[in-house]
Amino acid sequence: MQALFSHRLAVPLVIAALVVALSFALPSSFYLRVAALVWISALAVIGLNLLMGYAGQVSLGHAGFFGLGAYAVAVLPAQFSLHPLLAALAGALVCGLIAFAVGRPILKLKGHYLAVATLGFGILIAMAISNESWLTGGPDGMPVSRMTLFGWRVRGAETWYWITGGLLVVGAWIAVNLVASPTGRALRALHDSEVAARVAGIDVARYKVRVFVISAVYASVAGSSLALVNGFVTPETANFLHSIELVTMVVVGGMGSILGSVAGAAILVVLPQLLTTFHEYEHMLLGLMMMVIMIVLRSGIVPSLAALFQRRRK
Amino acid sequence: MSILSVQDIGIAFGGVRAVDNVSFSAETGQVFSIIGPNGAGKTTLFNLVSGVYQPKSGQVRLDGEAVTALEPNRLAERGLSRTFQNLQVFFRMTARENVMVGRHLKESRGLLAHLLALPSTLRQNRESAEIADTLLSRVGLADYADTLASSMPYGALKRLEIARALAAEPKVLLLDEPAAGCNPVETEEIEKLIRTIADDGVAVVLVEHDMKLVMRSSDRVLVLDQGRVLAEGKGAEIRSNPKVIEAYLGTHGTREANLALN
Repeated sequence: MQALFSHRLAVPLVIAALVVALSFALPSSFYLRVAALVWISALAVIGLNLLMGYAGQVSLGHAGFFGLGAYAVAVLPAQFSLHPLLAALAGALVCGLIAFAVGRPILKLKGHYLAVATLGFGILIAMAISNESWLTGGPDGMPVSRMTLFGWRVRGAETWYWITGGLLVVGAWIAVNLVASPTGRALRALHDSEVAARVAGIDVARYKVRVFVISAVYASVAGSSLALVNGFVTPETANFLHSIELVTMVVVGGMGSILGSVAGAAILVVLPQLLTTFHEYEHMLLGLMMMVIMIVLRSGIVPSLAALFQRRRK
Repeated sequence: MSILSVQDIGIAFGGVRAVDNVSFSAETGQVFSIIGPNGAGKTTLFNLVSGVYQPKSGQVRLDGEAVTALEPNRLAERGLSRTFQNLQVFFRMTARENVMVGRHLKESRGLLAHLLALPSTLRQNRESAEIADTLLSRVGLADYADTLASSMPYGALKRLEIARALAAEPKVLLLDEPAAGCNPVETEEIEKLIRTIADDGVAVVLVEHDMKLVMRSSDRVLVLDQGRVLAEGKGAEIRSNPKVIEAYLGTHGTREANLALN
């Protein structure tokens, strides 16, 4: 039993089971839509968690990559009549290249300095998106044309539920592969002791850039998915508050936990929907609940509960 | 030719010459010890040799190649590994994973294969894990393989660092106070371990305060005082050197050193 849970593939399988089970349990297309939004956020959060939770490098500008991915599937098909899938691919490629170029100088910084530098980067992207209105529609955003696959128009909450759920499972699978590989060990090592990692032969600067690029690609793919599901994009996808939201999802769910990324995304997407019944107290309650979660489960939901569960069994 | 030779190396911190014109060389299959009072510059010397600090003057040659001021990871590629006085363990990883990190340079590092968990990567993981387990048994930590480093006792972590350094199959191994904080039984185990490492053809450079351990395991001893070389020679010469007795050993240290050698 223990070996079953600790197997590398346990986490993506649990997520796959969750996606399948929820498809039966959720009563209407409204809920399927909310679930699809959870899967999309979770995908971006897994990427950010690889950077933050495993490699120990913070980014307060990840919504920048998310926004670029979203605008790629809006702008490229509209301007160059590129297929949305190719547009998403181009977005991911561009995000990877930008992360590679920006990552080298930025990731030399540590702690608060890195936080501020990534924050500046995110703001830069958000500004560019909302200022270049001829291309992006400016602050009002722009529509995203429907995707057609082999002559079939991709639409409907249920279809997108399965597509985004599938993407999440693939994203989780890639993430657990990475974590359990030599690269993953190098990332976790440099998180705990950079000097010991270097002495072990790890090119710390290169590995930081690698994980930054990977996490940027995750964010871009998630952004593209969101744009396609919604059928429109707004500059808010790229703004500072969204970056903070992604970081919050990582921390609430649990740093260094793939399953935690899904939990964190679920809490921050679903709670506001549930709390709308409290009208003007909605944001107050959300803030309060997050504070309570962090005080009670300080390593994040999944790692804290896992530790509690293990102690119980002993 | 010596596998590691250090020529007139030096560094100053705010006008204080922490290490001043120090030269020494270490030979394959031998244990070379560096002793001296606290603040003599032993750890600073290690940091200079291992690329953690950039020397202001002097040269380091590894296997005949000039490697002065190379990054630690570049030095690792050339066969230099070390442990740390203040533990530098990967606390969020298990003992086995800590040692597996030491295999980094021997592992294939294709990112795509890692992301997709191709059979080559899985085989690589298994291989590194097996080697790590062997090394853990060698340092007496087989029982801790699946334990998180953060919940291992201090003495065990010291040996974990040695296992991690050995995983890189170094030609030169710098050990910074491997027996500090260890009980007599553990110290004796570490002494035996150091001897077998040297016998396997590694040049061991040891910084240690435990005189018994130093005198029993070293082929040569270098004494540092205030950043400078006070004396160098065989253990027997060092312990009877009046300058060394005055600066460092004192009466207690000399007795320990004598006991160890007699």
